[in-house]
Amino acid sequence: MNALEVLDLSFRYGRKEALKGVSFHVGAGEFCALLGPNGAGKSTLFALLTRLFVARQGRISVMGQDLQAHPRTALARMGVVFQQMTLDLDLSVARNLAYFGALHGLSARQSAMRATEVLERLDMAERARERARDLNGGHRRRLEIARALMHRPRLLLLDEPTVGLDARSRAAITAHVHALAREDGLAVLWATHLVDEVAPHDSAIILHQGAILQSGRADALAPPGGLGAHFLALTEETA
Amino acid sequence: MRPALRAMTAILTREALRFVTQRERFLAALVRPLIWLLVFAAGFRAALGLSITPPYQTYITYEIYILPGLVAMIQLFNAMQSALSLVYDREMGSMRLLLTAPMPRWWLLFCKLLAGVLVSILQVYGFLAIAWAFGIRLPPLGYLAVLPALLVSGLMLGAVGLFLASTIRQLENFAGVMNFVIFPVFFLSTALYPLWRMAESSRLLRDICAWNPFTHAVELIRFALYLRLNPESLGWVALTFALFLALALWGFDPARGIMTRKTR
Repeated sequence: MNALEVLDLSFRYGRKEALKGVSFHVGAGEFCALLGPNGAGKSTLFALLTRLFVARQGRISVMGQDLQAHPRTALARMGVVFQQMTLDLDLSVARNLAYFGALHGLSARQSAMRATEVLERLDMAERARERARDLNGGHRRRLEIARALMHRPRLLLLDEPTVGLDARSRAAITAHVHALAREDGLAVLWATHLVDEVAPHDSAIILHQGAILQSGRADALAPPGGLGAHFLALTEETA
Repeated sequence: MRPALRAMTAILTREALRFVTQRERFLAALVRPLIWLLVFAAGFRAALGLSITPPYQTYITYEIYILPGLVAMIQLFNAMQSALSLVYDREMGSMRLLLTAPMPRWWLLFCKLLAGVLVSILQVYGFLAIAWAFGIRLPPLGYLAVLPALLVSGLMLGAVGLFLASTIRQLENFAGVMNFVIFPVFFLSTALYPLWRMAESSRLLRDICAWNPFTHAVELIRFALYLRLNPESLGWVALTFALFLALALWGFDPARGIMTRKTR
């Protein structure tokens, strides 16, 4: 069973067509990069996948659960990291995690246990008592990823998670999420416009002007090291 | 504890913690009504004569009359501030965290609403304590009896704020809306003058005040402070709450309302 299945998804803002018949799937343990320039429709797709918007055409299912018919069951199986930071900066790392755990129905004891697990997983165990405000950009992002894992989702959605970070933090976060997919069997959908974040064995979807231009294994879409040039050429060609 | 109650406890605790860490917000919430009480009301004490009207059983000073209106004013400003923070949260993203939780959306929004009311009640009791220290005192049991009235009126004003938040697309539009809401709602009510006073100057003004749901929130609080229930006001407040909550929930529905419109 695929962790995420999207079938013929379309969406409009008034007369403007933001997504046009998008279909793809992400399997367990797969790191899927959703590549697209700004305005390609990535954020709209994320809003639909997280049910912030409801599509009038198309179908989304998470671990076999239809998002429209069973929103709560489907949402309970996914973790989300939004493009904009959604931490409460005045609360500690532990409290941010506990708040999220409670929103997912976890008891205080379960939350504390999972918080220890996810912070260790992301090398942040020693920062549990620090205020989110005192963390640097990279650690804040890692905390958001840790938070998204609190309820042990099977699908992790990340919308441009490395925007605004320095090269070292970007590399560390990309490596952490690749490890989550590889070692924990987590399905990952990673939206980005930064091609260097995609490994050759990752799957990639190139989204442009609301439609999928190409999809497949990154190293099959372009020669080694050539995905960036291929992506640019493809999106310019259709602009 | 059931998951829905855990979520509610978490949302209430988070709001209370934010309130405690934002001392400026607490002080700002108290300064405004205190200026009205200690400066405005003191100045108008001699100018405004008040006859005996329910729930008062004797002549009262203007400070005593204005006190319930200022309590409602605290709740009104708090509701608008909560709405503003909702618009901000929606633009900045943290609202998404709440809306993508696997709970019914109406429940999450209701919890958020309740959290705002909790904060407003803390502000009200802070204000009443300062008023008490300045000699403006109410029946001792009134401080307790007013609690359910504060809850109901806070929910109504919070629902109005939630509805406004669901209709406003961008943060910068909110200040204008607040001015169009707060000032007419406050001044066209019984917060500062009784209805019969309004009627002396204009019948139309009196009727507008009588229809204003904020008037009924003020009267509900006023009667509760004197250990009395005003059923008409309770009915108006409950009805307004139900109406605006329904409209707000419609506005936050992912298939309708603001959620499907593009914010730039």
